[in-house]
Parts: sequence; structure tokens; C-alpha cells
Amino acid sequence: MSEQSMANPEAWVDEHGDALFSYALSRLKNPASAEDVVQETFLAAIRAQDRFSGSSSARTWLIGILKHKIVDLIRKESREQPIDEIETMEAPEEEFFDRKGHWRIKPVEWQVKPDQILEQKEFMTILFQCLEHLPDRLHRLFILRELEDQDSDFVCKKLSITPTNLWVMLHRARMRLRGCLTENWFGAGE
Amino acid sequence: MRTCKEISKLVSESFDRKLPFRQRMGVQFHLMMCSLCRTYSHQVGQLRSILKGVAKSAPPPEPLPDEARQRIKQALESDKH
Repeated sequence: MSEQSMANPEAWVDEHGDALFSYALSRLKNPASAEDVVQETFLAAIRAQDRFSGSSSARTWLIGILKHKIVDLIRKESREQPIDEIETMEAPEEEFFDRKGHWRIKPVEWQVKPDQILEQKEFMTILFQCLEHLPDRLHRLFILRELEDQDSDFVCKKLSITPTNLWVMLHRARMRLRGCLTENWFGAGE
Repeated sequence: MRTCKEISKLVSESFDRKLPFRQRMGVQFHLMMCSLCRTYSHQVGQLRSILKGVAKSAPPPEPLPDEARQRIKQALESDKH
């Protein structure tokens, strides 16, 4: 962190505010929550500025703080909306399988090169829209697991759920997400 | 004999933990026979690598709304004192 920006938080918000907000919004569904974690990140950074070593860039340091704030918020939100009655939740399996457990909506191969597809803005837009369409509870745990790349143990602890529940929910999230991407991107041209 | 519905769940689960031997063999065997579940399994793998890439790349740019920007600046200002 340059001394100048520390002495002048205004410039600092102007320099990093957009990047932090974009990051937060890509992990949280609610823009107001994203604004809150950005504010908390700046406040925490100011209070901890002695600990900034300068070995990484200020941006990287701030994103590191932001990631913790996002996990904290996700944990708090999941306490307010706990995953208890897993059976009562809408199960996408019913949509994709018939009563005998056969595929009703058959998966169609995706023609995709993962590294190339990331450069396509339209794809990224659709991917984030599909993520946003996940129900809140699925969204929270899926983001922690897949975008924040945390392992199952970590996610279970933070969200106070059992591994069995986590696996079921991740499966449901993947089912929905691949259904959404197939419908809106991979199969859209057919 | 496990159904496709059960296998698809185990396939997903195998991305989160190492399945016990018997389940793993059951999945392998089913996948050899069933092209639909094979396709599903590919897609879960593709999804995983796409998301890994997304996690590492810059998120879609979204400007911090002006109102929030002002509020945050004020919060930082009053925190100084």
C-alpha cells in the first residue's frame, strides 16, 4: 500500500473500489451485500495497514481480505437461513429423471475448450446469470466450493452442514447449472 | 443395478470426495454401459474446469455505485478519528 493512498482513503476507494465490488458481486447474489463486504474490507485494511508487507500488490492484499469477508458473510447468511429440511427443497432430479430413475432430459455433449470459452464475454455473462439463478442456499455453498475453491470439510464447517447434505446440494447445483448452460449456451444454436 | 439418477449423484460426489471402492466400481461399470451418464460425467468435469478458470480470471467488471462509493469514503473518514 503506498503511503500516499493510506493517507488518502478517498483515492484508495477510487483506485480499488470497482475491482473489489466486481469480485464481491461475482460471489454474492445481492448487490447490497457486495457493497457491505467492500466497505468492511476497506475498513479492515485501514486498521491492519501495518501488516501489509508490500510483498504483494495492494490489490492482491485487499482481495485477500475481501475473500475472508465474503466467507464470513456467507456463513452469517446461512445461519439465518439454515439448511435443515433438505427433503423439502425443490429437487431438480425430478425434472431430469423419470420415476424409474432414467434420464428424461438427456444430456447432450458440450463442444467446449475450457480455456477458450473463458475469453468469450457472452459465455461469461450467461454463466454468471445461471449461477445467480441457483436458489440462495445452493448458490452459497456452490460458490464456496467451486469459485472460492474450498474443500468439503471447510464448507461443511462454515455452513454447519453434514457432508452428506453438502454432496446432495452440490449435485443439485451442478444439475441445475449444467441444465441452464445447455439451454442457454451449448444447445442454444440447435 | 443402480439407476442413472443414482449414478449421476455418485458421479457428482466423486468430485467432492473419494468414493468407497465398491461405489467407484459400480460407477465405472455403469459408465461403460451408459452413454448418457458418460456425457453427464464429462459435463461435470467440464464445469469444474470452467469454474476453475473463472475463479482465477477477473470477474465481469461492475462499477461500484456512486452512492456506495460516497458512503464507504465517509465510513473510512470517520474511522480515522
